[in-house]
Amino acid sequence: MADNRYTFKGGVHPREGKELSSHKAIQVLPAPAEIVIPVRQHAGAPCKPLVKRGDEVLLGQKIAEADAFVSAPIHASVSGTVKRIESYPHPVGGTVECIVIVNDGEDRVYPDLPQAADIAQLSGKEIIQRIRDAGIVGLGGAAFPTHVKLSPPADKPIDALILNGSECEPYLTCDHRQMLEQPEAVVYGARALAKALDVSKVFVGVELNKPDAIAALQKAASGTNVQIIGLTVKYPQGAEKQLIQAILKREVPAGGLPMDVGAVVSNVGTAIAVANTIQTGLPLYQRVVTVSGEGIAEPSNFLVRLGTPFSELIAAAGGPKGTPRKIIMGGPMTGFAQHTTNIPVIKGTSGLLVFTEGQVTATEPGPCIRCGRCVEACPAFLLPVTLANLASANMLEDAASYGLLNCMECGSCSFVCPANRYLVQNIKVGKQQLIAKRRQRAS
Amino acid sequence: MENTEPKLLMSPAPHVSSGESISRIMYAVLLALVPAALASIYYFRFRAVLLIVTCSVAALATEYVFQKLRNKPISLWDGSALITGVLVAFNVPASLPLWMAFVGTVVAISIGKQVFGGLGHNPFNPALVGRAFLLAAFPVAMTTWTAPFDGTTTATPLALMKMEGTTTSLWQLFIGQTGGSLGETSALAILIGGLYLLYKGYIDWRVPVGYLGTVFVLSVVFGQDPLFHLLAGGLMLGAFFMATDMVTSPITAKGRLIFGICAGVILMIIRLWGGYPEGVSYSILLMNGFTPLIDRYVRPRMFGEVRANA
Repeated sequence: MADNRYTFKGGVHPREGKELSSHKAIQVLPAPAEIVIPVRQHAGAPCKPLVKRGDEVLLGQKIAEADAFVSAPIHASVSGTVKRIESYPHPVGGTVECIVIVNDGEDRVYPDLPQAADIAQLSGKEIIQRIRDAGIVGLGGAAFPTHVKLSPPADKPIDALILNGSECEPYLTCDHRQMLEQPEAVVYGARALAKALDVSKVFVGVELNKPDAIAALQKAASGTNVQIIGLTVKYPQGAEKQLIQAILKREVPAGGLPMDVGAVVSNVGTAIAVANTIQTGLPLYQRVVTVSGEGIAEPSNFLVRLGTPFSELIAAAGGPKGTPRKIIMGGPMTGFAQHTTNIPVIKGTSGLLVFTEGQVTATEPGPCIRCGRCVEACPAFLLPVTLANLASANMLEDAASYGLLNCMECGSCSFVCPANRYLVQNIKVGKQQLIAKRRQRAS
Repeated sequence: MENTEPKLLMSPAPHVSSGESISRIMYAVLLALVPAALASIYYFRFRAVLLIVTCSVAALATEYVFQKLRNKPISLWDGSALITGVLVAFNVPASLPLWMAFVGTVVAISIGKQVFGGLGHNPFNPALVGRAFLLAAFPVAMTTWTAPFDGTTTATPLALMKMEGTTTSLWQLFIGQTGGSLGETSALAILIGGLYLLYKGYIDWRVPVGYLGTVFVLSVVFGQDPLFHLLAGGLMLGAFFMATDMVTSPITAKGRLIFGICAGVILMIIRLWGGYPEGVSYSILLMNGFTPLIDRYVRPRMFGEVRANA
């Protein structure tokens, strides 16, 4: 299917590796005996625990929240007793306060949840409120609170909703399986989000390497205003701005947000979570995670409770095949290397990949031969080599004039670099330093 | 799981790579040089073999000595020094004494490359630095050309035209049966290698197309035979193997086009009005000097840049 109508400029073609798990139906993983829920799950303000040691909690009960608008509450994913609240390693680095709950195995549901409802019964505002109360965040990986996206300022009119089903990260198949197995939920969630935004243009973008998912969605969407768009297979097609460019042919301004061009982008998994919370009243307490990589015996897609430790997922997928050398949360292009498997699944955990020696040999960077591949690959049309050099020389304001802050950290530059140079890695550090410096100066 | 944990690799994303490497690129370029090498051996016989071997050995030896002196890891076999060696050989007449070729290659690698910090840091194409040095140091030996096959002294087609107004047949130029530097005479052999590199994506079409296109257009404008200018001298070799040198040409697509076009303009100025019959080396060397400037001012439009200012 060589359809090049829906694509973007730049990007790379990593080996997909999706064949390992794309044919594996989603299995429900039984809740573990003990779950660990970090109070920081997403971008925005961390939450404060609402429970204390010894408290009894029920499935779906709110156990942590924050006052800030850009935040989402966190709920118990099992019923049981709070064993302790203490610091644990967090999948994106460092340690974070976690609520440890001993599962009583009964899944007693919190009684004071919203009634099961239907889109027709709810106003747009009520839908947004439910999404906020349910703690729903972007499930593609970045975990940005969904209700914030649905509440743009009045001067930013929104006319289009795009659901992101491109799943351009190699190895990940959780979105693919969900679209295939629950296309009605995707369409239902899309309609709910469209009502919340009051838009009539609704698209679901899916890369053409998932024809079965496209067919399933098309069937489920017939008779609705939800349009299914087949996208050219290229990384990072799922990046917000590239997705908007591909489908709407609109270019989000540098430094701007999708709402600046009247668009809101949400992940297909998020749409399913929205559908679930409206139809059942239950908050977000589980998600689908792909457990894969050449270092996994039986690559699988699991529906798991939030707070399940990675070690349980790996064991459920038949354990490691060979000696694990690198374990990644997320996809191989943007995911986070883990130093232990004693780390829980959070809302943004789309995948858990295990690689053995040979697949992840550490390579020393060589000299830049100025081949320009990074420039060609950069979907933000930046000069990665120049940015990386300026950033590592600490010339941050110069780097800023070359668009340092426009980098979305997709990693395409480092992927193509024949000298294995630390391009996106240096750029990332430079960005953080520049932002910190500017903040310091402002205060 | 617990027992394996201390050995887990912690490095930032991306965790996968394209598998492309510097040496793969360099060896592809060397492979692309093989047709021209075979043509040179066909036309200039054993002299060609001797020169190519001498320059390659000189290049590797100089690279090794410098890396040793600078206490750097020895990257002799990344292919880059070999390319310079072969290209120096391609840029000298078949009759050049071997010791001169050796000295020229030592200059190419040492002053052209290693003094700047080695691969990736040199502003000028090392092989052309070597050729420029040889031309200045041994002007007679560097302009004494031998005819193919028999080794008798002859002049290059460009010199013949410039000095005597006689032209060489295009077919002879195309297959390379003319006087000239070792590897530059056969346009056919160079094209085979050049097209291979284009196909593999190891060179950007904008450089040769900008370069050759400009020469073609300017030849027509000034009433010269455009095909003669394309095929004569070292233009084909320069356009596909030296102007395209990644290290010394711009990193952006637009910059490369500008680089090619400007090199073409300089070449035609030298050929039409200059003292030298040939201008490929200097046109490329001059543009090498402009590369940092081009890279500074020619930047791609950033994604979302136009509307941000609107």
